[in-house]
Amino acid sequence: MAITVRFFARLREELDIDETQIEAESGITPLMVWQKVTGKSELPAQTLVAVNQEYADADLVINDKDEVAFFPPVTGG
Amino acid sequence: MPVYIKDTVFDPYYEVKQQQKIIESNAGFAQYGATSVFVGTMRDFNEDHKVTSMTLEYYPGMTESALEKISEEAKSKWQILDTLIVHRVGEIALNDSIVVVAVWSAHRGAAYEANRYIMEALKSKAPFWKKEATSNGATWVENNTKYE
Repeated sequence: MAITVRFFARLREELDIDETQIEAESGITPLMVWQKVTGKSELPAQTLVAVNQEYADADLVINDKDEVAFFPPVTGG
Repeated sequence: MPVYIKDTVFDPYYEVKQQQKIIESNAGFAQYGATSVFVGTMRDFNEDHKVTSMTLEYYPGMTESALEKISEEAKSKWQILDTLIVHRVGEIALNDSIVVVAVWSAHRGAAYEANRYIMEALKSKAPFWKKEATSNGATWVENNTKYE
């Protein structure tokens, strides 16, 4: 499966990754994507997860060609 | 119920007026009795420190759909005729408008309440991130200020 992974704001700067593609086995979740890309076991506190541009839980099973994004709490307005 | 993301300076009152012209041509003349307008503006301070400028990052695609969803939620909760959300991104200077939210309805109650709902939902759900430039360098804003 091909998964697009995106990071925003502080996470993007800290990891120095804007967007990357990974090959993953079926049954993978956003948390497992995070571990695979960053090498860190835990999601930082308050990190938000989106799958295909909608908020999602870190343990949702994702599909081929999905886009997974990780970002800190939002601060617009 | 349009949503616009702008990467250059905009005039919130011009945007409201333009949308109002569209409402008048679509819904018919004299269909609303109340218009609420909230404008968020770039200050030179945040909490206890001075701010000189700001950069606003967003998630193209998800940000627009989150704002559209919030507008739809407002329309399902209150009797409103139309809404407008315009939000700035990119480099923002002091006194620039950051956001305008407008709600048109028959009566003021729905206009006020739906406007506040949209603003609070935008602040807690729409993917935007502020990075402030201060005299000590640039830092990401970690949390929005609470509504008071």
